[in-house]
Amino acid sequence: MTAVVRKSKRRRLTGMERKEAIAAYLFLSPWIIGVLVFLVIPIGMAAYSAFTRWTIINPPPRWIGLENFREMFTEDRYFGWSLGVTVRYMLMTLIPFLIIGLALALLLNQKLRGMDFFRTVFYVPAVVSGVAVTILWISLLDADVGAINTILRSLGVENPPNWINSARWALPSVALMGLWGVGGGAIIYLAGLQNIPNHLYEAAVIDGANNWQQFWKITIPLLSPTMFFTLITGLIGSFQVFTPAYIMGGTSRFGGGSRYLRFYLLHVYVKGFQQGRLGYASALAWVLTIISAIAVIIVYNSSERYVYYEEGGEGGA
Amino acid sequence: MARVETFGKGQAEATKPTFWGRQSVRGTLHAVFVYGLLVGLGIVVLMPLSWMLTAALRAPGEPVYTIPVSWFPTESLHVQNFWTVLTNPAYPLWRPLLNTVMLVVLNITGVIISNTMVAYAFARLNFPGRELLFRIVILTMLMPYVVLMIPQFLLYNTLGWYGTYLPLWVWSFFGSAFFIFITRQYMRSFPRDLDDAARIDGCSRFGTFWRIIVPLSKPVITVMAVFTFQDVWNDFSGPLIYLNDPAKFTLAIALNYFRMTQFSAGVNTTNLLMAAALMSTIPMLVLYFFAQNSLIGGIASVGLKG
Repeated sequence: MTAVVRKSKRRRLTGMERKEAIAAYLFLSPWIIGVLVFLVIPIGMAAYSAFTRWTIINPPPRWIGLENFREMFTEDRYFGWSLGVTVRYMLMTLIPFLIIGLALALLLNQKLRGMDFFRTVFYVPAVVSGVAVTILWISLLDADVGAINTILRSLGVENPPNWINSARWALPSVALMGLWGVGGGAIIYLAGLQNIPNHLYEAAVIDGANNWQQFWKITIPLLSPTMFFTLITGLIGSFQVFTPAYIMGGTSRFGGGSRYLRFYLLHVYVKGFQQGRLGYASALAWVLTIISAIAVIIVYNSSERYVYYEEGGEGGA
Repeated sequence: MARVETFGKGQAEATKPTFWGRQSVRGTLHAVFVYGLLVGLGIVVLMPLSWMLTAALRAPGEPVYTIPVSWFPTESLHVQNFWTVLTNPAYPLWRPLLNTVMLVVLNITGVIISNTMVAYAFARLNFPGRELLFRIVILTMLMPYVVLMIPQFLLYNTLGWYGTYLPLWVWSFFGSAFFIFITRQYMRSFPRDLDDAARIDGCSRFGTFWRIIVPLSKPVITVMAVFTFQDVWNDFSGPLIYLNDPAKFTLAIALNYFRMTQFSAGVNTTNLLMAAALMSTIPMLVLYFFAQNSLIGGIASVGLKG
């Protein structure tokens, strides 16, 4: 099919082909308009607004050059802070959740009866995510009457943590809630595991490989593209943690929101929508975009070393 | 490697040896170990939701998290809690519920119409610029939401859409990269002869799309509908940014609003809060149990598209 398109570029389209092309563009028109209106225009506005003082109350934007960026790096004490919160959360969750999710997937991949049932159970938390779940976990993590501390006390822990309201445990609280939804990642690994052809294991057994060797020499290499995919999406996702940070942070006793839960995107929100400084928030968003793009590129470039792609595999699109 | 045809269960299922079939001691021990672990972890995973249920059925102020766990409220089941949160005069949640349903319906309609159309062109029509445009689809798929949060607000604000529902559904009628991608992959798997046969029978291009391709694409349309339902139902930041009138709130922000009003009034209404939270998760759970295979299959194919 590709060849046909390439060829048709060089010669004039026949009447039939022209008709088909017109039809195609009619079918495409919603998307083309959408990209222009909801993507190109906003990105243009974003590029411009980052260099302006643009507030909700005082609409006409005023060009101020690099002033927003200067403020960010020198005056805004929550810029570095919120970046730190985000990175710490990333360290706390990215690799640990990958390992736990993989372990769960291996467990669910055992050839035993009733695995579909367990798969359903472990995926439930990923389905109900959102505000309701955050509200539930705030209640579970309540320092005095919450479930977690009740259990900890019954196990003999005398001073269980103050979870969301403490400096040290606020971030682990969010991570704990995330851990509950780890089944979502496990399902992706499970699908990857089930795509590994059985004959590879059979051949390995004939060659005398034990389970451990099979795991490291077959399962891990063939699963590495899936693991890489979840790593990238997890990376991008942790730059964009918002709902739990907003809701849990708002409950905490630190005034308008716990600074220990001031994730980067929440900081963008506070600047842009609570303080109404859209130009400044836009600059913040650009910095985040650039940082996450750099992070993705680093992970991507290093992936050649540990991601194994099958020869002749159909590479994505 | 990854195809969208793998929706639902893998074929590996059929060849699984059953545990009861092989009677070795080692196999039995292995099975006991695996089941033990899965049951233990399963209980841990289901515990929070069970707590939500029992908390929602309690009298005001009754302690919920006790050891040993008391699953049943002491005096009576307060089923009326659900009714109370829906109709309480201070902030009845039936309105946000209806608002959310309306938004879900609008978004699903838009997503299905626009993405099947665009994907059809990419999958089954030849036109100059196809490869280039599809590359743009892939590129926009990688665009993080955060870059667009502020500028889209600038746009919608300029259009005078702030405080209305428009920013929350209009975009869905203009296609979204990820859905275009999966639908196109799916539509590409049908044999080419289909279109030709339809043409010979006198079917117009639109007729082919509407009578042949769309009905065949039901599985991927289901996946889109389920994903959209989930996204819109759980969306928090969108309504938070664009809606300012509590009467227009969606369930997600209404829940938080309800919690904050209770919080500042200083009343202990964990039971009502949990009833409201549970109510907002029930549709998701129901949907999950009905559309389980397409949902999990869809997610799995997302993970594999690498």
